[in-house]
Amino acid sequence: MAKAETKKNLESEPVVDTLTVTVDGKAVEVPKTMPDPMDGRPIPTTMIQACKLAGAEVPHFCYHPKLPVAGNCRMCLVEFGTLAMDKNRKPIVDAEGQPVVRKMPRPAIACATPVSPNMEIYTQSEGTVEMRRAVMEFLLINHPLDCPICDQAGECRLQEYSVDHGQGASRFVEQKVHKPKQVDLGPRIMLDDERCILCSRCIRFTRDIAGDDALGFVDRGSHSTLAHYPNRPFDNNYTLNTVDICPVGALTSKDFRFQMRVWFLKESSSICSGCATGCNITVGSRENRIYRFTPRENDAVNSSWMCDAGRLDYKWVGREDRLKNVQVRNNDGVLVPSDWSRALGEIADILREVPEDSVALIASARLSNEELYLLNLLAGKLGAVTDSIPRKGDKDALLVHADKNPNMNGAIATGISTKRPGSKLKLIAKGIKSGALKTLIVFGENLSACEMDDELLSTLEHLIVCDILPNETTASADYLLPGCSHLEKRGTFINAKGRVQKFMRAAEQPGDSRPEWEFLLELLKRIDGTNGVASIEGLFNQMAADVPALDGVSWGDLGETGVSIEI
Amino acid sequence: MSFSVPKKLQTEIEELISHYPEKRSASLMILHVLQDHYGYLSDAAIEWLAAKLDLQPINILELVTFYPMFRQEPIGKHHIKVCRTLSCALQGSGKLKEHFCRKLHLDPLVHGPQTTEDGKFTVEFVECLASCHTAPVLMCNEELHEKVGETEADLLLDTMSPS
Repeated sequence: MAKAETKKNLESEPVVDTLTVTVDGKAVEVPKTMPDPMDGRPIPTTMIQACKLAGAEVPHFCYHPKLPVAGNCRMCLVEFGTLAMDKNRKPIVDAEGQPVVRKMPRPAIACATPVSPNMEIYTQSEGTVEMRRAVMEFLLINHPLDCPICDQAGECRLQEYSVDHGQGASRFVEQKVHKPKQVDLGPRIMLDDERCILCSRCIRFTRDIAGDDALGFVDRGSHSTLAHYPNRPFDNNYTLNTVDICPVGALTSKDFRFQMRVWFLKESSSICSGCATGCNITVGSRENRIYRFTPRENDAVNSSWMCDAGRLDYKWVGREDRLKNVQVRNNDGVLVPSDWSRALGEIADILREVPEDSVALIASARLSNEELYLLNLLAGKLGAVTDSIPRKGDKDALLVHADKNPNMNGAIATGISTKRPGSKLKLIAKGIKSGALKTLIVFGENLSACEMDDELLSTLEHLIVCDILPNETTASADYLLPGCSHLEKRGTFINAKGRVQKFMRAAEQPGDSRPEWEFLLELLKRIDGTNGVASIEGLFNQMAADVPALDGVSWGDLGETGVSIEI
Repeated sequence: MSFSVPKKLQTEIEELISHYPEKRSASLMILHVLQDHYGYLSDAAIEWLAAKLDLQPINILELVTFYPMFRQEPIGKHHIKVCRTLSCALQGSGKLKEHFCRKLHLDPLVHGPQTTEDGKFTVEFVECLASCHTAPVLMCNEELHEKVGETEADLLLDTMSPS
């Protein structure tokens, strides 16, 4: 699969002309043009891009590879040299016939200066280093030194570059310029204008990426202030991305501010489960509590962004009423606590005996591929009819998808759902009503939303339910198995475009709950005694061999950003 | 929005917009026209202009807050602008402005424009009025007054507020 993808890339991208530049004495071949971050049309490669290709970091604040270039922070100033020309614009050559490169008398900002053939860039020269020191000194003149209480501390460019390029002591004895603090910019954003270094990343992001030209600089001059228009709150669905790209602590998330020092956060790679886009995220957690989601770069899916709704969709994970215990309905019709061994044993006994065509299985498209695959194996053994429940909602032109299930393509690929999710639900409800269906297995769905209320469900002989939060269906269950959110287990989703992506575990599950794939393996083993794989990697690889759509992708192929398949 | 622009002004603004390849380029010229007409640039005027040019109000607010000669508050009937650039400063424009403030019961130490309670006068410092050879100078509304001493200042105030 990985090979197939490489091939595809070669076909779609035309061969680009290259030129050679020298970065700190190391020759590197770079493309003459690179795609414009906004519209993808080829524009001349800049010095900062060439330096990155050469492995040399040029410090910068206002430059962001996904935004239009502004060139206002001056941090990426470098000294450089170009081909010396005679008066006829012909390159001058030395005694050995080699072209002569002359250092330019003035530096240039690496983010906005195109490279030219044989250019030499000096990222470590004395002059370059001195300019960085000077720019840092100017930036810090009016910057408050409130790092101990600043949320950005620990992931602040200004702090990092102070260590790398700043000086130990301040020479500034005058009064700092004072600007507005605790500015309520919008429902999710708080601004500290004194910390702002006026890089304009947030202005460019919200204007050019989010399409909401809401921010600007007012009172330009020594009192330049980032602002929104009075009484027009900064309130689109992408505002929190400005907090990520703010190189300092000026823009802060109201949700995260003052909650946790960032260096205490454990970072786990995961996927947002808010919709079928499957934005790549980094989950920040400490001691089993999730503090924030931040977008993780994946150009095949979400670039460097995610929507505010998805970002704040984590609080339910730590809800007090999470299902924590295995429960079994006793002879008096009351759900009482039980344990996995007993419950799975009893369920296996029931399922071993059920007649064909008497079982239905409804599995949520919020489960992982591995779980849906195992459930489909189970359904195959039982001759059960299966389906998933579609969830539709709003969509936008950037990232938000109308399909609110993160893994409907997984449900389709594994065979749980047809290409028309939910098309068998009516049939299942009818089967229960007629008494033809006597056993119902439900994973992660509340059936009251699709006309299967507790009255109907109470006519079943066996109702086996797995979920993570209580609802009408869990209340009717004969066997209630506590599952895990995708943040508490490993697995894969297939997004709306057919990207197979894995998520890693960010937190421990509460109580006795277990990852569904883990106890499903055990249940299958109990039903027919077969010994299968025991790890998620092995399970994925077995699934990939069985499921045609996955075309033999291996867990290892997925890497950090996933693999695209035909869907 | 209660803000309305009379037809004649509308025509003038349309004419200004037609001068430029992009509507946005007319922003500054229209702001001048609006300020001349209404005396200041209200929020409503800023929002009206933004809509007119298919911009967001913040784009216009950026301009209004950058240029000191655009104002967001109404001013007095007579606007006294005392030059404080070098030649005038050397010729005593500081004292001249202080004199105006005293006569009009304004605080000479306050930075920026000040308007009398009766709304008749606004006094402020401005940068060079390009008449250094006749310093100190001031502009009262659109009229330049040269070599203004305290006597000339008193005379000016008298002619504008006949008692």
